[in-house]
Amino acid sequence: MNSDRLWSLIRKEFIQIVRDPRTLAITIVMPVAMLFLLGYAASNDVRNVPLAVWDQDRSPASRELLDAYRAADYFHLAYDVDSEDALRGLIDHGQALAGLIIPPDYSTRIVRGETAQVAMIVDGTDPSIASTALSAAAMIGQTKATNLLVERAASRGQSAVTQMPVEVRTQVWYNPDLLSSHFMIPGLIGLILMYLTTLLTSTAIVRERERGTIEQLIVTPLRSSELMVGKLLPYALIAMVDVVEIIAAGVLIFGAPINGSLPLLLVLSALFLMSTLGLGLLVSTMASTQQEAMMTSAFFMLPALFLSGFLFPLSSMPWYLQAISHVIPLRYFLIITRGIMLKGVGVEVLRTEILALALFTVIIMGAAVLRFHKRLD
Amino acid sequence: MALLEAIGLTKRFGSLVAVDDVSLVVQPGEAYGLVGPDGAGKTTVMRLLVGALSLDAGSVAILGQDLARHPEQARSSVGYLPQRFSLYHDLTVGENLAFFGSVRGIDRKTLTGRAAELLAFVGLTGFENRLAGVLSGGMKQKLGLACALVHRPSLLLLDEPTSGVDPITRQDFWQLIIRLLGDGAGVVVSTPYMDEAIRCSILGFMAAGRILTTGAPRSLLAPLAGRVLELRAEPRALAHQLCQADPDVEDVAQFGELLHLRLRGAAVFSGLQDGQATQLRLSSALAAGGVQVLGLRAIAPSLEDVFIATLQATALEARHE
Repeated sequence: MNSDRLWSLIRKEFIQIVRDPRTLAITIVMPVAMLFLLGYAASNDVRNVPLAVWDQDRSPASRELLDAYRAADYFHLAYDVDSEDALRGLIDHGQALAGLIIPPDYSTRIVRGETAQVAMIVDGTDPSIASTALSAAAMIGQTKATNLLVERAASRGQSAVTQMPVEVRTQVWYNPDLLSSHFMIPGLIGLILMYLTTLLTSTAIVRERERGTIEQLIVTPLRSSELMVGKLLPYALIAMVDVVEIIAAGVLIFGAPINGSLPLLLVLSALFLMSTLGLGLLVSTMASTQQEAMMTSAFFMLPALFLSGFLFPLSSMPWYLQAISHVIPLRYFLIITRGIMLKGVGVEVLRTEILALALFTVIIMGAAVLRFHKRLD
Repeated sequence: MALLEAIGLTKRFGSLVAVDDVSLVVQPGEAYGLVGPDGAGKTTVMRLLVGALSLDAGSVAILGQDLARHPEQARSSVGYLPQRFSLYHDLTVGENLAFFGSVRGIDRKTLTGRAAELLAFVGLTGFENRLAGVLSGGMKQKLGLACALVHRPSLLLLDEPTSGVDPITRQDFWQLIIRLLGDGAGVVVSTPYMDEAIRCSILGFMAAGRILTTGAPRSLLAPLAGRVLELRAEPRALAHQLCQADPDVEDVAQFGELLHLRLRGAAVFSGLQDGQATQLRLSSALAAGGVQVLGLRAIAPSLEDVFIATLQATALEARHE
């Protein structure tokens, strides 16, 4: 590789990038805009499930139960109805996702020391909401019941049973509040960067072909490898600007932590960029039009979204999908960002992922260099 | 050593043979003109000569360097101006020159001087900071030429450099080519214009991927000397018909308002006298047939006449085979 030729190519690319301020602006603004949009949307947290209540008892005891539901922010007591039909209607129309029915004899039974039953209805259309709502409802009910038992025992002077026979003490590491945004933001950073960078370089070579400038490049002594590296480096620099701003936005706007080393995160982001920019270049050497190149690189996005572990845990996928996930660089980068940002781990834990990304980059750039011929046919 | 020696170039696109066994040799100071209609394969030949397309058969040597085996060495002495504008629209005139110069390995100091020199040569001085995309068609071609010359190539390949260019710029362009030839460069130029072709030292007439005939313009014109008559007559269609039927007339071609009659070699014996005899006979025959002859005279044959005659001869040969 000849550094003079490489340098003149890089300088040319930069001039062209600057001469197209709109594309540059989109490139700089898009990642933060996307993070802003998706950061709020991509959340598995079940909060404020709209609840319709048919309280037939309307006693201090029933109000006490409702207060318990109100206190946990899983539910939002949105509707107070006075018939089963009204409750059903609200759930049918999706206005309420759960319904609570308190029978007329609720307080009487409690006072008598009998078992008082309440009914919880949950809209199971979205299983993740339903299961969270169900377990939350059950937990609130159980806590209420335990409290009542303890009260009853105490009123009979049996203080001994106030101790629980078994207690499971849970500890959640890395993301103690189980905030899905903390889990999602590092993933989104990887996803957005992949999308942007693959798109950036996917038109880089085919543009020269489409505009006819390749015909003049062919007669120059530029080598295939110089062309690929010369195309990659300017975009890598722009993409690093994106990396810095998107990490800053993740931390400042969404409060994502960086428990590990920031420099390490930046260096490994750069490595990840090389692999995705390289993928874009490879696409660009194969496409015959810019449009085709953009469609092809967009085609890589969906598998990356689903098979990288961004949305669904890899461990619950069938083995062949897990196998495919190994050729998706985002898979490794997700482990890296989540590892560094949430767990605060370092190189010694991420060695496999770093190696995989490096290998991927070398292979994909090599393929791009081999795939590109200084010919029109 | 020949500047360019191309032997048996053949290129197929699927079942189409775009270039069929084309050979050409260019010596220093020579301009080789590839002449032929659109679709004849001129651009494909140019691309094969520069290695932009792979050869199916044949070989190209530039200053003795084989293009297939040592592409970069061979190309280092070639300047190429493709038919389609192939510089960067979003770079200025100066930046385009600087890029192609530095990629060719010319150091910055040399490049500054040479860029000024080249811009003066093609008449673009003062336009250094203009974006290439906003230049007129003629100026784009001049910039293309400057970029093609930035490494001082000894062989220049110009693919229809003057199509879409105004007549004055065309004239300028040929003056530049003539100056380069004077400096000992060799040029291959393709053109659909016969008036340009006449300026070349050798011509190759191309049609359907093959070079039908080749030679200096003068030697190509010689066999037709004294055999071309220009006829102005009314009604033209009838005159065309009658002439075509005349035993002395080999072919009738329409040139605008005029008809060009090509006489058979036997009808023009040796001198003007016999040619005149044929003219007089034709005149009266046409008048007798009801045609008003407004003018009939012998003219110097043009390259168009040669090209049409060559095409017909080739078609005839093909029919005999």
